[in-house]
Amino acid sequence: MLRLAALSAWSRRLTLGLTLIAIALAVTLLLSVERIRVDARQSFTQSVSGVDLVVGARTGGVQLMLYAVFHAGTASNNIAWDSYQAIATHPAVDWALPLSLGDSHRGFAVLGTSADYFARFRYGDKEELRFRQGKPFAGVFEAVLGSEVAQGLGYRLDDRITLSHGLGELGPEHGDKPFRVTGILAPTGTPVDRTVHVSLESITALHLDWVGGAPLPGVNIPSAFVAKFDLRPKEITAALVGLKQRGDVFRMQRFINQYRGEPLLAVLPGVALDELWQSVAMVERTLLAISALVVLIGLAGLAATLLAGLNERRRELAILRALGAGPGDVFLMLTAEGALVTAAGALLGVLLVTLGSGLAAPWLLERFGIVLATRLPGGQELALIAAVIATGLLASLVPGWRAWRMSLADGLTPRN
Amino acid sequence: MTALRITDLVFRWPRQARNCLEIPQLELAAGERIFLHGPSGSGKSSLLGLLGGVALPQAGAIELLGTNLTQLGGRARDRFRADHIGFLFQQFNLLPWLSALDNVLLPCTFSSRRRDRAGPSPRTEAERLLGHLDLKPHTWHGPAGELSVGQQQRVAAARALIGRPEILIADEPTSALDAERQQVFIDLLLQESAAVGATLVFVSHDRRLAGHFDRIVAIDEINRVAQDPREGGGGMAQSGQCCALPRSRPGAGA
Repeated sequence: MLRLAALSAWSRRLTLGLTLIAIALAVTLLLSVERIRVDARQSFTQSVSGVDLVVGARTGGVQLMLYAVFHAGTASNNIAWDSYQAIATHPAVDWALPLSLGDSHRGFAVLGTSADYFARFRYGDKEELRFRQGKPFAGVFEAVLGSEVAQGLGYRLDDRITLSHGLGELGPEHGDKPFRVTGILAPTGTPVDRTVHVSLESITALHLDWVGGAPLPGVNIPSAFVAKFDLRPKEITAALVGLKQRGDVFRMQRFINQYRGEPLLAVLPGVALDELWQSVAMVERTLLAISALVVLIGLAGLAATLLAGLNERRRELAILRALGAGPGDVFLMLTAEGALVTAAGALLGVLLVTLGSGLAAPWLLERFGIVLATRLPGGQELALIAAVIATGLLASLVPGWRAWRMSLADGLTPRN
Repeated sequence: MTALRITDLVFRWPRQARNCLEIPQLELAAGERIFLHGPSGSGKSSLLGLLGGVALPQAGAIELLGTNLTQLGGRARDRFRADHIGFLFQQFNLLPWLSALDNVLLPCTFSSRRRDRAGPSPRTEAERLLGHLDLKPHTWHGPAGELSVGQQQRVAAARALIGRPEILIADEPTSALDAERQQVFIDLLLQESAAVGATLVFVSHDRRLAGHFDRIVAIDEINRVAQDPREGGGGMAQSGQCCALPRSRPGAGA
């Protein structure tokens, strides 16, 4: 009987195959949305650890997090070096890391910071940055590359790279002042991997002969002479702050938010991330609901296909009845067919997601900074797959039930 | 020995006001070959459904080979049908996506009894039957749906005969054949059913085909509903119409 059901299904392989593909694509969509949702969250929460406050010019908390930590988007305003000094030397502050953003190297963000950064910065579960090769920058025009920058562009230690102004790949070049690669970091799965790290002094030096975002015409200060200038930064983009005691965090936040020198904003990374999730949760839920609807449409299509095929299979069912099949067998045959097509579709969907995520991962990483793990479905995804199969089984009960009724009514002589 | 005995049978389709069949008495001896005729709608198909055990009468007994079908459960009736009855219908008897040979072997997958009775190798037996029914070996392995109607009917006959079922029920098996092939097919069927020793119930509306049968029975003669519509209780003018299922409602009749 099972063999017959399989052969019968095989004889209708075109329609069933198309239905199966529709279900597979719907499941692919559903799992992709779920996976990107989970992985995006994961990537974002992994990006920074052990930081008590993120400080920048007054703007939205989410926006501050986006540009300071994820190097996405641009800051509307900078903060003065004096303000940074006032915060960094505050008695409650244990350490502070200045961040200066705005330049790029072939699409990768350039971060000006202090050499302390490599010792202080933590990501994931309080993990430290490790050097795969080389050491931190020491002087001006030295750079430390994130693992993906090095890998993606094929750089090695002591290679020379030039930076460009602005974030686009086509910004004006700082071609006259090449940087030497002194270190390459181990992969972290965070935005650090896609960042070129240089000293704050290098950032200042790069822009000595620039005014208002463009090179001063006729003025060109060669690399050899920049040391003669005062390279202390006048302003930075943002700062990461660690406190001596976490209990001081709200007091310190108030201090920064009410700072008299200029309007500043300090956010708690966890709180800002929550805010970020709240703003995207709506979108997430909508996407998930749409994908679930697509799956339902696929399964409704399955039930419709089986029901439509039923009229043509009336004789087939009557023949099976005459041979000794009971109405229950007929019911099982139809229901099992639907359930198996659903299960096969779900399986194909999982396969597509696994393959697809492997293919899309580099692009997602580069464009959106989302680390998409190539892995087998787990937890929530398994629950989704189970729900799809269960719904498919329910949908298949309809043609099964109808075939049962039909075989009872028809007996041995089908009517049309 | 009696192959079939019907006593005081009353049958009515669900949701129908009138009885379809009222048969006080019908008896067939083992090996008897009977020609059962009547106009369409006279209850022939209903009677076949009852004999096959896919429908149950409201009253009376249907004994096949000494077993009262009305006292068996649904499963047991399905089992009985698979084990003891070979069916042959008007047309489209075959599963088109199986080969002719696999179609013939179907009863052996549904019934271990039929498989055992088909000899040491059911496959050889199926080939023997196909050969006997004038089907050339090159037609055995292609999809059954591609055979001509005449060939399909002979494959269906082979399927009904395999495993030597005690009862063979043929429902207008020649209606799709042209006139000169009808008699050839019937003679073949008579001969083969005699060879396996089966009781043959051959149903048709066409009396001209009745020539070579042991016995000819008109359904109107045994069915009291057809003799006098008023006895059925409904007072319908045309006899037998109650026996057609309402076509607009394929789901009815559970």
